[in-house]
Amino acid sequence: MQYLWAFLVGGAICIVGQLLFDVAKLTPAHTMATLVVAGAVLDGLGLYDPLVDFAGAGATVPITSFGNALVHGALSELQEVGWIGIITGIFQITSAGISAAIIFSFLAALAVKPKG
Amino acid sequence: MATKEAGRGPASYKPLSMSPKEYQQFAKSRQPSRPVFANCVRAFLVGGFICFIGEGVQHFFMAAFDMTSRQAGNPTVAVMILISVILTCLGVYDKIAQWAGAGTAVPVTGFANSMCSAAIEHRSEGLVLGVGANMFKLAGSVIVFGTVAAFFVGIVYWILGVSH
Repeated sequence: MQYLWAFLVGGAICIVGQLLFDVAKLTPAHTMATLVVAGAVLDGLGLYDPLVDFAGAGATVPITSFGNALVHGALSELQEVGWIGIITGIFQITSAGISAAIIFSFLAALAVKPKG
Repeated sequence: MATKEAGRGPASYKPLSMSPKEYQQFAKSRQPSRPVFANCVRAFLVGGFICFIGEGVQHFFMAAFDMTSRQAGNPTVAVMILISVILTCLGVYDKIAQWAGAGTAVPVTGFANSMCSAAIEHRSEGLVLGVGANMFKLAGSVIVFGTVAAFFVGIVYWILGVSH
């Protein structure tokens, strides 16, 4: 059942992205930036966590969860160490995603020749 | 000068009778309309499928390493990124992306794809000036806007003094 909700919710977020492409005529970079900010704002309003509980990877795999994780890191450090935590905590949770993307991409660039 | 020469040549061109604004409207009316509904169906199917795989990876981490679903989130994202980078290297991801549109761009795999393809594409310009400087060319806006948004959300929470 969790798999079905992951599929449906993840797909629905991608439809929002496609509508931003086709109807709002945004570039991919604008679309991604919009979705990330939307994820951050939704988490600020306390609406993203219930979605994660409900849809699992359907909410954590789309790029909106990146904004959500940035806010989570900032807020948990804010509570622990005070206002400086907003700066020090932002990348606490997203470190896995960003580091993995940098490291794997770098190794790929070493190993692979561009095609086409 | 150029129009004068063209007028004298054997294939004489008509002078453009439209103002730039009229031309823009004309060009817009001749653009093929985008199949929005079909694009959305494709995005839904592929995006949903990627999240479905993510759910599978997450369940694997929960079962194999005895993690909660929250703890499993981070390694899941890392595995999805690794899969995306491998598919990008094989040239498969971009093929799927042409068909799926936002379905491959919106998941975190699309974020990794944009970084990996930029890194590979600029490899010939060197490791520092090529790979290092261009890796975040597309993904950078995501990180910048996400970070700024998270900062302001944090400030609001700090000012209001509410706990999350």
